[in-house]
Amino acid sequence: MKLVAILLDGLNYSAWLFLVAVGLTLIYGVMRILNIAHGAFYAIGAYVCASALGLYYSAGLPEAGAFLMMGLSALVAGFVVGLLIERVVLRKLYGQDEVIMVLVTYALFLILSDAVKLTWGVESYYVFQPYAYFGYIEFGNLPYQVYDLLVVGLAIVAGIGLWYWLNRTRTGILMTAVVADREVAAAMGVNVTRIFALTFAIGTVLAAVAGAATAPKIAVTPGIGVEVIILAFAVVVIGGLGSIPGAVVGAIFAGYARAICVHVAPQFELFAIYAVMAVVLAIRPHGLFARAEGRKI
Amino acid sequence: MTLKTVLAGTASLCLIAGAVQAQDQEPITLGIPVFLSGAASGPFGLPQRNAAEVIIAELNAGNLPAPYDTKGINGRMVEANYVDEAADAVQEYRNMAEREGVDAVVGYTSSGNCKAVAPLAEELQQLTVLVDCGTPQIFESVVTDPTYLFRTGPTGTIDSVGAARYLVDTGVDMSEVAGINQNYAWGQDAWADFTGSLIALDTGSDIATEQFPQVFAGQYGAEISALLTSGAKAIHTSFWGGDLEAFILQAAPRGLFARSAVVMTTGEAAMQRLPNEIPEGAIIGARGPYSYFAPESELATWFRDAYEKAHGQPPSYPAWKMAQALLGLKSAWEKAGSDDPAAIAKAFENLEYETPAGTVRMAIGNGHQAVQGIAYGTYKQDADGNPGVENVIAYAAECVNPPNDTTAAAWIEAGFPGASCN
Repeated sequence: MKLVAILLDGLNYSAWLFLVAVGLTLIYGVMRILNIAHGAFYAIGAYVCASALGLYYSAGLPEAGAFLMMGLSALVAGFVVGLLIERVVLRKLYGQDEVIMVLVTYALFLILSDAVKLTWGVESYYVFQPYAYFGYIEFGNLPYQVYDLLVVGLAIVAGIGLWYWLNRTRTGILMTAVVADREVAAAMGVNVTRIFALTFAIGTVLAAVAGAATAPKIAVTPGIGVEVIILAFAVVVIGGLGSIPGAVVGAIFAGYARAICVHVAPQFELFAIYAVMAVVLAIRPHGLFARAEGRKI
Repeated sequence: MTLKTVLAGTASLCLIAGAVQAQDQEPITLGIPVFLSGAASGPFGLPQRNAAEVIIAELNAGNLPAPYDTKGINGRMVEANYVDEAADAVQEYRNMAEREGVDAVVGYTSSGNCKAVAPLAEELQQLTVLVDCGTPQIFESVVTDPTYLFRTGPTGTIDSVGAARYLVDTGVDMSEVAGINQNYAWGQDAWADFTGSLIALDTGSDIATEQFPQVFAGQYGAEISALLTSGAKAIHTSFWGGDLEAFILQAAPRGLFARSAVVMTTGEAAMQRLPNEIPEGAIIGARGPYSYFAPESELATWFRDAYEKAHGQPPSYPAWKMAQALLGLKSAWEKAGSDDPAAIAKAFENLEYETPAGTVRMAIGNGHQAVQGIAYGTYKQDADGNPGVENVIAYAAECVNPPNDTTAAAWIEAGFPGASCN
């Protein structure tokens, strides 16, 4: 039974980690921005989802439609906030050193966190109905929420969708070209600014989707983005900054490390993810899927 | 001595007297650190700030019932400066004590923050009243010879000892016991005291699993699976704030409460917030005789009514503890009859005073640590869906607190020597 529990818990936690990390690695891969504000976008997604569902339920609409409302609220919130931040702040700073961009996005994180507090206050918001809606199924004597399995499905859809978009659509291939060489892509007529705006908006939407998917399981309170950015950063460092396959593998490594510890050696659970990160960095300092890069002189 | 000199001297004396008079009229400024952001803000910080606002406003207006029916503290009005406990606790404490020069600091929920500021209170000779943090380490190992530091809320020891006694007294199957507690001083102490109490009570329990997730982790799916598959008949948790609420939201739909008797030592703080999500029968504590467990008194009725009138809902236990801290400070200050911090601290030592939650005795920690009894009950909603408790058992302070000269761990390990239970 313990093995089944480890498999399910590892899968579930890996899926959640992938959802919270993939937007971060996408933005870094294309824009070379380590986006510390990612945690704030996650929190905004959770808050907007909680507010939207609050309105939805109080209107007495069918409960099943709440899932559509969750998705819509995350898409709208992520897209609007992402485009706004990109247009107002980041566009003026392209070309700056990566360290400066880290500081800028850290400042954005603090500003957005306070904006969240100003908008929603410090009281908790609850939208637990979707989590209980489908009930649970039993694996042996282990009841497991269907909602948690849906999150796994959501992560798989997000991963496959992102892969398809990057490899099978014109915009995605242009984005890949920008990742390969920004200057050559621009010289070939690719509108890099537009690609950047789109990338940032998609990364923000992914963070907001992760927040919306998590909202029914937690008390949505100020500060929920802090832990998330640390975990997301650990996952993308394991996989290699900017690598989407790396985010998949990083999430699986981190998710299963934690699940195994919880079931086998709970006293080490606190360190599990960071231990994996330390081991990976000791062997491959740029992460598992980091591309080899020539050194510019 | 000329007439001019006499007049000048008289005028100077008048000015000095006037200045002294003006100083007497200056309000007492309290620094009140409570969580205003983060997962603890909703269930802890806001009720504490709300309670402080109610108590201070009503104290200044002289509206409290006896024995607190005099205006302000020692006739001086009281002002509050609220600080976010989620910020750097040490930095903010220094700001309050050294830059703002507050007369007293009254607050803190996190045991980690209490441990961080406790030595500072003595170093800076700053009158400080800890409100809610529970780790017994404060006066057992962090500050062993206190002068200016007090804690008016009981230690977490009573939660764990009371929980173990309640499980035994209500006949819960204790053959397999599990715990899920946050991985820092609070959670570790709570679990150690609880398991120690089981040994002292000779329950013969086996530990099925002990989980220590990171504080504010929010995701407990794997831990809940571990609890579900552990075969535990009883589960102990000292989770608080957003962590407790997330745990309830994730564990209840998976049937954990139906499979095991779950005792939540801080569960009362979630009752008003998640009335339909806490399963009936869950074992609830309030970290002392607060809220639903408070003994009836004029002061308790007044506090409930005043709080509900101001904030539209009944006070949860963190609010009761804030009220208790402020009334303790008023009692000590007025007993001292002086504004000298050393005199107030002296008067605070071994103080016995009335609160909305009954009598508080500063009986341990060399007279700096409060003792109170504790009660547990099972969660129950009434016909209108209002949250409440039933099957309540109350334990006296002498039953769940160690004596003054013994650490909690040693007292539990020795089998509660000197404990007097009703």
